[in-house]
Amino acid sequence: MSTAIRCANLVKTYSGKPPVEAVRGIDFEIAVGECYGVLGPNGAGKTTTIEILEGLLSATSGEAEVLGMNWGQDDHSIRERIGVSLQATELSERLTVGETLNLFRSFYVSGIDPSEALARVSLEEKVNSWIKTLSGGQKQRLAVATALVGDPELIFLDEPTTGLDPSSRRQLWEIIETFKRENKTVLLTTHYMEEAERLCDRVAIFYAGKIIAEGTPSELIRSVGAEHVIEFSIDFDHESFDDSMVRDIPTVVQVDKSETDFHVTAGKPHVVIPELITGLAKQGVALASLTTRHASLEDVFVSLTGRHLVEDES
Amino acid sequence: MKHQHPILAITTARLREFIRRPEAVFWVYFFPILMVIVLGVAFRNKPIESFDVDILERASAQTIVEDLESDVQIRTKIVTREESIDRLRTGKSTLLITSNGEDASQIEYTFDPVRPGSTAARNLVDRRLQESHGRQDVIESVDVEFSEPGSSYVDFLVPGLLAMGLMGGGLWGVGYAIVDMRIRKLLKRFRATPMKRSHFLIGMILSRLIFMVPQIVLLLGFAYLFFGVVVQGNWVSLLLVVFLGAIEFAAIGLLVASRAGTLETASGLMNLVMLPMWTLSGIFFSYERFPEVVQPLIKLLPLTPVIDAIRALTMDGDSILSLGPELLVIIAWSVLPFVVALAIFRWND
Repeated sequence: MSTAIRCANLVKTYSGKPPVEAVRGIDFEIAVGECYGVLGPNGAGKTTTIEILEGLLSATSGEAEVLGMNWGQDDHSIRERIGVSLQATELSERLTVGETLNLFRSFYVSGIDPSEALARVSLEEKVNSWIKTLSGGQKQRLAVATALVGDPELIFLDEPTTGLDPSSRRQLWEIIETFKRENKTVLLTTHYMEEAERLCDRVAIFYAGKIIAEGTPSELIRSVGAEHVIEFSIDFDHESFDDSMVRDIPTVVQVDKSETDFHVTAGKPHVVIPELITGLAKQGVALASLTTRHASLEDVFVSLTGRHLVEDES
Repeated sequence: MKHQHPILAITTARLREFIRRPEAVFWVYFFPILMVIVLGVAFRNKPIESFDVDILERASAQTIVEDLESDVQIRTKIVTREESIDRLRTGKSTLLITSNGEDASQIEYTFDPVRPGSTAARNLVDRRLQESHGRQDVIESVDVEFSEPGSSYVDFLVPGLLAMGLMGGGLWGVGYAIVDMRIRKLLKRFRATPMKRSHFLIGMILSRLIFMVPQIVLLLGFAYLFFGVVVQGNWVSLLLVVFLGAIEFAAIGLLVASRAGTLETASGLMNLVMLPMWTLSGIFFSYERFPEVVQPLIKLLPLTPVIDAIRALTMDGDSILSLGPELLVIIAWSVLPFVVALAIFRWND
């Protein structure tokens, strides 16, 4: 299997006082046909890394190879073969959707017909609408269409669904899945864990300019030690409740407590829950709520960093 | 399927964006015409000067009115003393005639000698009254009216406004548009495609040259129809100068926009560049009014040679071959900013 992207010990330091070390030594490889997700909170170095790979920024040091070529030597050939959707580009408001795609199509020697690019993102009926009349989701789909019009082998999508409503987000996911079925390579950044779990073959979790975990979504979830999360809360009267009883239940890996809310990571919920209920009853503690779910990449992130991924969106 | 050449695609996209902004079209195309109307009317050459002359109410007043009647330049009115003082003070009349004696054989003129036209009115009235009492000219004199086409203020103003339009259009049309695209991250987005930088910059300048055509046609057409402004010199030469001027200011616009990261910075820089030229380069009045020592410097400003060359062609009918120094300054201001802009241009935000 050949490699679409390879970067080794990539470093980007912005000069200033003090200098900002946005990327502090990143290594990864993406195989052709793979959908690779870069996850992490704002300021983790995701956009800096992807912009180095897109040829928009130059790295301070390290190697970045795209489709077997190097930035600084084969720039034009790389650009012919990649498609890019930047974070928050505002396309010209007073051009129509069709005119915008014709403009982007003119930049590529080979590519697909603009009307085909429009069909792929289901915007055919907007072909004659001014961009200013589009919704946020439609604008984002058009941005993806401008990346598709050059018929790229490799597509970069920087936070394609940030700020979109759930249905627009799902529409974009379907577009990306179609692209994957054609065995094209996708590099996607996001801070939505469910997006990465659904779309990505492998993900890298970025934190403070470094990769702190890499693997398939299920590998990462297993790496936390348990695949289930049990969350429960108890009455306020029992704040002094001793949680060592919970830790002693078989298959429990981790217990986090905040006031009366408990977050338990465990291997077998059907073992843990009966014991938990019996144990609580023995101590005379009443349950206020109890839920269980599969562990997610979000839990992986929390267990690795002690922080939530999207702290401003609760 | 055959696709457009990128230069053509960029140029048509820019033209579409421009015509879809009615307010931009207004400022670029109609504002200069409004300026021609306002200034052309305010400074038009008055046809024939006429004077309002008051005659103090006396027995002989009517005789004086009859004596002056034949002269179309003199409008008379018989007034009381109070009225006359009031009218002189407020400028409704320029001259008061007081006659003494039944046959008006002794006349007194009251006027403010510093008021424009008052002395001329006094001399004209005096000559007519003396003639009606029998004065004979001792030598024969004939008046010949002098009016050479291309010598009025509007003839002077139109080339200035034309060049000012080229300057504003180049700086705003290219400079502001590029900064706006940088802020919207559109430049960065284009940079991520195989688009050639030179195609982009040529497309921006080309679209600017196309906007310029209606601008010139409208301004010159309007000035011809309403003020009789005609081009004395060669049309091809004029178009060449206008074309070079448009390229010059597009290049300067490119330079101004090459690094600016906010619209405020860009507007500030553009005003900084344009302000000295608005006042010094002779749009509204000749820069020869400035001290002689600074004139060589004024001639090196980008706008001055454009105005001088257009005036030489339209007003004096000079040949383009005599405009070597002006064209040299224009070309220098086109090449240098373009080269510097290419070297320091920032695509990222």
